[in-house]
Amino acid sequence: MSSAAVSTLTVSRKISLWKWVKRIASNYVVRMLARALFTIWFVTTLIFFLVRLMPSNPIEVYINELIVQYSLPYEQARDQAASLFAIDLNAPLSKQYVDYMVQLLHGNLGESLRSPGTSVWKIIITFLPWTIFSVGLGLLISFLLGVLIGMLLAYRRQALWEPIVSGIASILSSIPNYIIGIVLLVYLGVYWGIIPINQMRGSRSPGIQPGFTWVFIKDIFFHAAMPVFTYVLSTIGSWILSMKSSTIGTLGEDYVTVARARGLSEGRITTAYVGRNAMLPLITQLLISIGFVVGGSILIENIFVYQGIGYRLSAALTTRDYPLMQGIFLIITISVVLSNLIADFVYGWFDPRVRVAGGEG
Amino acid sequence: MTPQALMPKTGIRYWPGRVLRGIGRFLKLMSRNKTGFVGFLIFIGFVLMTTVGTLFVPEVTSADINAIYAPPTWEHPLGNDSQGKDILSQIVHGGRDILEMALLTGLISTFIGVALGSLSALVGGGFDAFLAMLADIWLTIPQFPLLAVLATLIKLDNTLLLALLLSVLSWAGLYRSIRAQVYSLKERDYIEAATALDLGMWHIIFSEVLPNMLSYIAISFTFGMTSAIYAQVGLVFLGLVPLTRNWGVMINLAWTQGAIFFKDSVYFIMAPVTAIALFQLSIVWMSRSLEEIFNPRLRTG
Repeated sequence: MSSAAVSTLTVSRKISLWKWVKRIASNYVVRMLARALFTIWFVTTLIFFLVRLMPSNPIEVYINELIVQYSLPYEQARDQAASLFAIDLNAPLSKQYVDYMVQLLHGNLGESLRSPGTSVWKIIITFLPWTIFSVGLGLLISFLLGVLIGMLLAYRRQALWEPIVSGIASILSSIPNYIIGIVLLVYLGVYWGIIPINQMRGSRSPGIQPGFTWVFIKDIFFHAAMPVFTYVLSTIGSWILSMKSSTIGTLGEDYVTVARARGLSEGRITTAYVGRNAMLPLITQLLISIGFVVGGSILIENIFVYQGIGYRLSAALTTRDYPLMQGIFLIITISVVLSNLIADFVYGWFDPRVRVAGGEG
Repeated sequence: MTPQALMPKTGIRYWPGRVLRGIGRFLKLMSRNKTGFVGFLIFIGFVLMTTVGTLFVPEVTSADINAIYAPPTWEHPLGNDSQGKDILSQIVHGGRDILEMALLTGLISTFIGVALGSLSALVGGGFDAFLAMLADIWLTIPQFPLLAVLATLIKLDNTLLLALLLSVLSWAGLYRSIRAQVYSLKERDYIEAATALDLGMWHIIFSEVLPNMLSYIAISFTFGMTSAIYAQVGLVFLGLVPLTRNWGVMINLAWTQGAIFFKDSVYFIMAPVTAIALFQLSIVWMSRSLEEIFNPRLRTG
């Protein structure tokens, strides 16, 4: 009698425990976090094996370079390469992999090949904030402006200027971002000479102390202006077009008609009913475009000599600075994954349905 | 004479007419969407320029010191570059590389997307879930930096290799849209009817599913082309791909030779920039007409 009671108790406890595990696993936040972590692991692994298994193994290339340039004996060159790449070359690949992951978890990304003695991490810390600042600002401005213009176009479909604005948006969205950057630079900076392009180079003027001073803030906006303007121009077209078609679709929905019938104010309908729902598909689009814009920053920052992470990466690519390249690529991916994570949560906040339903992932 | 004997004769006599009529019908459908038709015409213009045009415009190989940054004349409608070479000739000869690579990448990436997407949706189960998850993850990896890093590890000196690499890297986006499309098609009544009538797997795939996916396939083809051009020119601009004689190389040259500091060289840099922008635009616009042709429901008026 009593033993039977105990066994049903443990069974029910087991069930509730299982339920808890299931509930945690199906939780929106947990699922998103797990995916982000998995992505970061996937990319680090991919890069590790790519760099080591490629036909032109950069570590071997570097060792040969040391031998040829400084006529070092093979053993010494090998040791130096190992310390720069922060790996033990004598260990089997599996052990190297584990070591590499452990080092990464400790935040050790190795040292730069071309400027010995400088850790990759330190280089990243000095260059990354500028890219986050300029790309973030550019995307924010273009998203907000694009959503507003797109809604306006959907509401004023009969207006004479509607096809003109739509046409410009369609042209802007099809031209590669670096082409827009080059055109801006050549015409605004060189041909017409409206913009002091040489003074705008770099991420800030030399000699200006960082801090919450008006001079500093003005200066960083001055230097970021051209990259930000390019990001805005190259992404705004697609926001306008998507928001326009999405808003037109939403305007035909029953709940909008019902809201009108209930006599809600037009302002409330526009923001809470039409705007909020029409923006949903755009947030998914924002996810994909973050990665795209950050990737494009390699080219844009090069054009305007803006010293962000993309500029540094392209320099590392041309000088074949592998540890730096590897580290920057990793950091770029991690920041894209993190911003996707944030955007996912924003999406969940906008659209409560995804938080409840299991979804496909 | 028996009707059987007549048949091939009429067939032979009329085939040019039939082809012409086919082209006429295609053009009529294309011209339904004005933007799409303009894009299509520009695209054809580019194709003609890079194929037939090269026969009429001689390739300039020698430098001319007297004509450095010479402004446009009748003889050189786009002016001359930093070595005094005719810019128009470089534009005409520099498109082939890009066109070939874009078409190849479009073909390969569409094939990968269609094959994986339909396979995944038709097989379903764990295979499908795994691929879908992998695609989700793949989409968050910034493509261009990955490509740039790869370009330092692999020598991308031939068009096919670059096209293959670009297609493999961009599989996830196409895969997702094709998979979603096949999933929704699977549920349609006419597919169920065809299954119930036991019309056979091949019949269902080729006569029921594929025709309804053509607009998606056309779109993914043009998308593959535009992203290939973006990536190739970007890599060339960074100096990571050793390709000779194309628009990207022209931009790179104009750039590295300080063209951005001299007003005179505006033609040198703007000519390839305009060519690339116009080419991209023509493909994007053309895709609208293609979408309408393959998806009659979109046709208006």
